[in-house]
Amino acid sequence: MNSSTSGKNLSMRAAVVSLLILLVFLLSWHLATAPTTHATPTAAMTAEQEEYAKLMGGAGTSAAADAAPAKTTGFPTPAQMGRTIVRQLSHPFYDNGPNDKGIGIQLGYSLGRVALGFIIAAVVAIPVGFMLGMSPLMQKALNPFIQILKPISPLAWMPLALYTIKDSSVSGIFVIFICSVWPMLMNTAFGVASVRRDWLNVARTLEVKPLRKAFLVILPAAAPTILTGMRISMGIAWLVIVAAEMLVGGTGIGYFVWNEWNNLSLTSVMFAILIIGVTGMLLDLLFARLQKYVTYVE
Amino acid sequence: MSIFRPYDSDHSAAGCSCGRHSDETEHNAEQERALAARATNVEHLTNDVVEEAVLRAMFPQDHLRRHFLRAVGANTVRAAIASVLPLGALQAMAQEKTGPIEKKDLKIGFIAITCAAPLIMADPLGFYRKQGLNVTLNKTAGWALIRDKMVNKEHDASHFLSPMPLAMSMGLGSNPLPMRVATIQNINGQAITLHVKHKDKRDPKQWKGFKLAIPFEYSMHNYLLRYYLAEHGLDPDRDVQLRVTPPPEMVANLRAGNIDGFLGPDPFNQRAVYDEVGFIHILSKEIWDGHPCCAFGTSEEFIKQNPNTFAALFRSVLTAAAMARDPANRALVAKVISPAAYLNQPETVVQQVLSGKFADGLGNVRNVPTRADFDPVPWDSMGVWILSQMKRWGYIKGDVDYKAITEKVFLLTDAKKYMAELGQTVPVGAYKKYKIMGKEFDPATPDAYVNSFAIKR
Repeated sequence: MNSSTSGKNLSMRAAVVSLLILLVFLLSWHLATAPTTHATPTAAMTAEQEEYAKLMGGAGTSAAADAAPAKTTGFPTPAQMGRTIVRQLSHPFYDNGPNDKGIGIQLGYSLGRVALGFIIAAVVAIPVGFMLGMSPLMQKALNPFIQILKPISPLAWMPLALYTIKDSSVSGIFVIFICSVWPMLMNTAFGVASVRRDWLNVARTLEVKPLRKAFLVILPAAAPTILTGMRISMGIAWLVIVAAEMLVGGTGIGYFVWNEWNNLSLTSVMFAILIIGVTGMLLDLLFARLQKYVTYVE
Repeated sequence: MSIFRPYDSDHSAAGCSCGRHSDETEHNAEQERALAARATNVEHLTNDVVEEAVLRAMFPQDHLRRHFLRAVGANTVRAAIASVLPLGALQAMAQEKTGPIEKKDLKIGFIAITCAAPLIMADPLGFYRKQGLNVTLNKTAGWALIRDKMVNKEHDASHFLSPMPLAMSMGLGSNPLPMRVATIQNINGQAITLHVKHKDKRDPKQWKGFKLAIPFEYSMHNYLLRYYLAEHGLDPDRDVQLRVTPPPEMVANLRAGNIDGFLGPDPFNQRAVYDEVGFIHILSKEIWDGHPCCAFGTSEEFIKQNPNTFAALFRSVLTAAAMARDPANRALVAKVISPAAYLNQPETVVQQVLSGKFADGLGNVRNVPTRADFDPVPWDSMGVWILSQMKRWGYIKGDVDYKAITEKVFLLTDAKKYMAELGQTVPVGAYKKYKIMGKEFDPATPDAYVNSFAIKR
């Protein structure tokens, strides 16, 4: 009773501190980026100076300033950021042809690719992990290959994938597959290998058939470890997709970042970063839920 | 042919007007069969339609035409017309227009720069649609990817840097893949942009140790910058560092101080000025007025498999180039290519590039109407110059058959043919001489030209 109220109290206080940190961050951001306007007297400018200022996107005359959209250079202010967030999120699913789509559609493409690469990786990694976990010989034999392939950066795979697969979209999925397969494989093997001996012995005395044993004894026992592997893999897959799409272009949140960089629009890039972070967090939460679901108390 | 053929088995007493049939009715039936056969043959029909149209245009009055034909004979008239009009070519063209398009849905790759203006604007202005094509323009992240996606056949046709199809056909930097250049997209339109901190270093001799960006090894940018530096006594491989950087990243790198400047495509030169991080040192036009830059092309394989599609593409891009060429249309062009789907740039920046009235980053407004121009003719001599520079800087070794390679890759004859068909002025010749920074280039003697440079590999 007492501990639960203090726990609630702690969460409340933590939320207040979080909010305070956010406010301090926004305020210092605002102060750091506040425009320093040294107003040049328009009357003093010659006709050429005025025209030059207009070509530079500045407000040569008040009429020009009204007509042209505000020029944004330098680091965006929190206000500009807020406007971008509202603008992007109010039309998340617009589609103006292949090179101009709303953030929702781009996010959909990325999630689709991640899901596909991730599912293929799971289909490959979990059975192979089972095999490795049950057979110490295979584990020893395959270990050197896994150790060499595991630390390779996703972007190093990209040129090879493009050359052999000859399709940029499939290459992106392949890169997600190859990078998310290792944590699942290692964790499954580890989980299967460390199932308690007593349980296996009980299964042996009861003469349970191998397939039944795998599904009814080993899988539930190893499930929490397998899901930990899947959670790590999903985090990696989400990291990889952005990089891969920036490199290959076409569609997706990574392409969105690249395209806005092309426009040198820092505000939109920061907006995309925010979206990537939030999506990553939601994916992680999803796997945390699943993990909780399969965890058992001994 | 004699009237008397006593030993001819086909000869009959009744005879017909040609003598080959037993009587006049059989003769007429034969003629009708021949006419019917001709009427079902698309090729013959098209030819007849063209000839008929030409004849009617020359003799609008029916009775005059009939008199004339009767007086001199059909063959004489045909020969006379053919001597003044390219009747054969007209018929061939008409044939192609009627040919069905083999592949309607096309993917075309492009880099978001003003050089691609004709092939981009053809989409929003409906030039592709008018030719019966359904084109998807794919914005691509860099030149290496443009090459790879063409090799992978993800793109049916593509925006290229004009040296790329030559390099790809020769297998430089990739497996050899025969490529063809349909049109040069643009001429001029590049610039050397330096960081604002170098405002007082206008003499290239002060540039020792500079880091300069170029978009790709096989680019006009690379060869023009090397040429410019070497003419000022700098060795581009030893005195400066040339870095391959995708065009969109040039301004970001310039702002960060990673590079001192770049010879890059627009609108990024103007964008650097607009963002107040750079100034335009010189326009590439001041190195070689009228130099080619980007090209539009595809693989030889695609053309062989889809000749009519290719012809339709060719016509769309030529129409767009002719429109972009007219200064009166430049404001419209800037408007249609600036949105997010294409260049994704402020319209005023693109406007300054295309109109040639621009702020140079030094406080001056300059007015150079030919800053960027769109002349689609793929001159063979341009290809020879590009190869001469590849040879000069060691990208190709050994003997080079400059003319043979260029004439295979640059489809000059086709460009002329389609330009004529669209009623555009057709240029004459194939090998022009150029003056580049005051030095004459004679395409007839490329090896002597290469050897004449003090700085070379």
